[in-house]
Amino acid sequence: MATSADPRPSFSTDLEPLPTHAFGHRSLTWWGIIAFFLIEGTAFVLAIAAYFYILDKEQAWPPPPFPPPTMLAGTLFTVLLLLSEIPNTLVKLAAETHDLPRVRRLLVIISLIGAVLMVLRGFELNSLNVLWYQNAYGSAVWMLMVLHTTHIATDWFDTLVLTALMHTDHGGEGRRFVDCSENAIYWRFVWLIWLPIYAMVYWLPRLV
Amino acid sequence: MNERPDPREYLRDGPDLTGAELDRRLTETWRDAPGFIGWLCSVDHKSIGRRYLVTAIVFLSLGGILAALMRLQLSGPNHHVLSPDRYNQIFTMHGTTMMFLFAVPVMDAMAIYLVPLMIGTRNIGFPRLNAFSYWMYVAGGALLWVAFVVNVGPDAGWFSYVPLSGPQYSPGKRVDVWAQMVTFTEIAALSVAVSMTATILKQRAPGMTLARTPLFVWAMLVVSLMVIFSMPAVALASSMLMSDRLVGTHFFNTYEYGDALLWQHLFWFFGHPEVYIIFLPATGFVSEIVGAFSGRQTFGHTAIVLALSATGLLAFGLWVHHMFATGLPRMGYAFYTSASMAVAVPAGIQIFCWIATIWSGRPRFEVPLLWVVGFIVTFVIGGLTGVMLASVPLDLQVHDTYFVVAHFHYVLIGGAVFPLLGAITYWFPKMTGRMMSESIGRWQFWLSFVSFQVAFFPMHILGIEGMPRRVYTYPASMGWGTLNLLSSLGAVLFAVSVVVFVINMIVSLRSGARAPANPWNAPGLEWATSSPPEPYNFAHIPVVRDSTPLWSPELTFARGLRVEDRELVMTTVLEAKPDLREPSAQPTIWPLVAAAATTVVFIATMFTPWALAIGALPVAVALTAWFWPKDRGPEGEPVID
Repeated sequence: MATSADPRPSFSTDLEPLPTHAFGHRSLTWWGIIAFFLIEGTAFVLAIAAYFYILDKEQAWPPPPFPPPTMLAGTLFTVLLLLSEIPNTLVKLAAETHDLPRVRRLLVIISLIGAVLMVLRGFELNSLNVLWYQNAYGSAVWMLMVLHTTHIATDWFDTLVLTALMHTDHGGEGRRFVDCSENAIYWRFVWLIWLPIYAMVYWLPRLV
Repeated sequence: MNERPDPREYLRDGPDLTGAELDRRLTETWRDAPGFIGWLCSVDHKSIGRRYLVTAIVFLSLGGILAALMRLQLSGPNHHVLSPDRYNQIFTMHGTTMMFLFAVPVMDAMAIYLVPLMIGTRNIGFPRLNAFSYWMYVAGGALLWVAFVVNVGPDAGWFSYVPLSGPQYSPGKRVDVWAQMVTFTEIAALSVAVSMTATILKQRAPGMTLARTPLFVWAMLVVSLMVIFSMPAVALASSMLMSDRLVGTHFFNTYEYGDALLWQHLFWFFGHPEVYIIFLPATGFVSEIVGAFSGRQTFGHTAIVLALSATGLLAFGLWVHHMFATGLPRMGYAFYTSASMAVAVPAGIQIFCWIATIWSGRPRFEVPLLWVVGFIVTFVIGGLTGVMLASVPLDLQVHDTYFVVAHFHYVLIGGAVFPLLGAITYWFPKMTGRMMSESIGRWQFWLSFVSFQVAFFPMHILGIEGMPRRVYTYPASMGWGTLNLLSSLGAVLFAVSVVVFVINMIVSLRSGARAPANPWNAPGLEWATSSPPEPYNFAHIPVVRDSTPLWSPELTFARGLRVEDRELVMTTVLEAKPDLREPSAQPTIWPLVAAAATTVVFIATMFTPWALAIGALPVAVALTAWFWPKDRGPEGEPVID
């Protein structure tokens, strides 16, 4: 029986020529990110299911005397979030072509957009027209909003740290470009998940 | 980047660098720093796995002491050893400890230790996340037990049904402690699941295609995906419960159009898969042990993989069978009954495969295989009562009785703890370099097996006679005294047998026979390295050509990983073709600091929601320090000029 402690192991494969980083599913961290998507996605799906479960128990949605959330801040937030995909796609492409100056510029823009989004989110929370302790409808709406706010705040912070990192000496390393590419994938998840929540918080109460 | 050396100048393992010189250099690269700080900073999967294992055994002992107290109380009618309030805390603590602090973590412990060795890699993927998970687990366990000691132990049962656990019927902090402990352990389990999934998919040795992947590793892949899809449910549910209790939301408050059954749906959407999260790793142990001790490849490799996957899928379709007594539409009853019965099919396929392996091999009935036989007998009994409980009319009769208690102890102890004890005996020499005593092991197996049946079989009859769960005592006129006494005697002997097992571990650790690299002549890669393994696991990464690599005439290796930096080979997901060399994280204190900061936030949020906002800052600082690159790292080889 052969073990790796054998004095004369025989070699059949050479790993030296392999590259030290790659984008997409070849990278280990990409799989970690997919796993976190699945975790957070499951939490959102279950929160959405809980929202519908509670909707089913109510007589009207929103229950009187609460008006539906005011549209303006949430819609502005949604439009800006969707527009942020443009620099997000660009930064992903720039990272995958190792274009450091462009990555640096675009990350600054995305960080600024993130700041504006956080301010808009503050206005949104102020325009829901119900508080979490007023009834189960309010609890359900606030659950979705708090979950997504945590989500976007986390990724905004992540982007800020990455922006700072890319402006240091580390910025030129191959694996840091992989980080940028994967952060861009994460940002897509943040806005994709927002779309059903936007529909549920703002449009569903106007339709049922 | 210009000052970096030419890639060809890096030291790499291979024909020119092997043996003692390679060992010295790799040890220097991969070992933990000496001393206590080095211990705290470790990201070695073997150290973390051992810690997980020891901690889980400590919680098993604590949970076992509570079980013994309950059996003492119930050994005869009208006993008053424990007050009703203390009894409520104890059965809640017993279930919570065994499920959240023993059963899931102990399976994680074995997987964290074994999976990287079984797939031929040098460390787990995301080793810092893995270290973080351990600290979160310890913090959650400590929170629960410190609270219990100061009489703030949760008392609403391990599944904390509302409205009992809601603000109206459970004032004080007991339920908050439970809910927050859940958050800790879920974060720990999810962290392990993420590390495990990525490791299994990307770090298998060259040539270890998915079809050649060991069955325990397959089981852990399925389990990790189940954790990923199920644990968010309980994390969400416990957060909703805490916010109902602390900030006045109404998720479960019927008076404000919330709904109490929403809790049960969310809890059991996690809770039922949880049972298989505990059981499937155990089937992985069994598949490995059966093959090694029958001297042949485990029969039906593909069938077992399909059965594992089918169990994983079906597990998400039968949570409502815990809720038959809440009333369901007819279609609901029919669907969840058939789904619950259907899960017996993949379980049966696995059992037939194991029997076929033993039947067609040359079985050596050493202690690990004895545990497998004990498992098959006991688990089949538990499985059959499970099929009985899937039937609504029977379930409604015995719901919340000792029949159910008997059923789940048969499937959890028989189905998971028996294989675990076999697995510890089997892999103990790999972990410690010492064999466990075979003679003590045999005596202890028989003591465990017989005493388990004495302790738990009578509970079936007690349940059919109508004895409800969770009663702190019963009147003599019910006629339950004799069977309860018998059960308590069995429980005492079972506790003794577990103590004997732990003593066997401790004695063998100090003076057991020295173990060679492959003491059982087993076929898996974990036996291709020394016992215990060096910090770097494998001097050269093995190349795999079939599913029993050590039974092949010759094992060959891959050369070319860097020796002075922590470097791993990434392979493709399906075919395991070598694809990349990626660095593996260095030891660091930051996972511990991040876990400590998170612990402060979680405990403070039991008192004020503002802790979440204020406490986010230190957590963010710790995470940033964790991820910030400290040096140019092992990557070094420039990719852009």
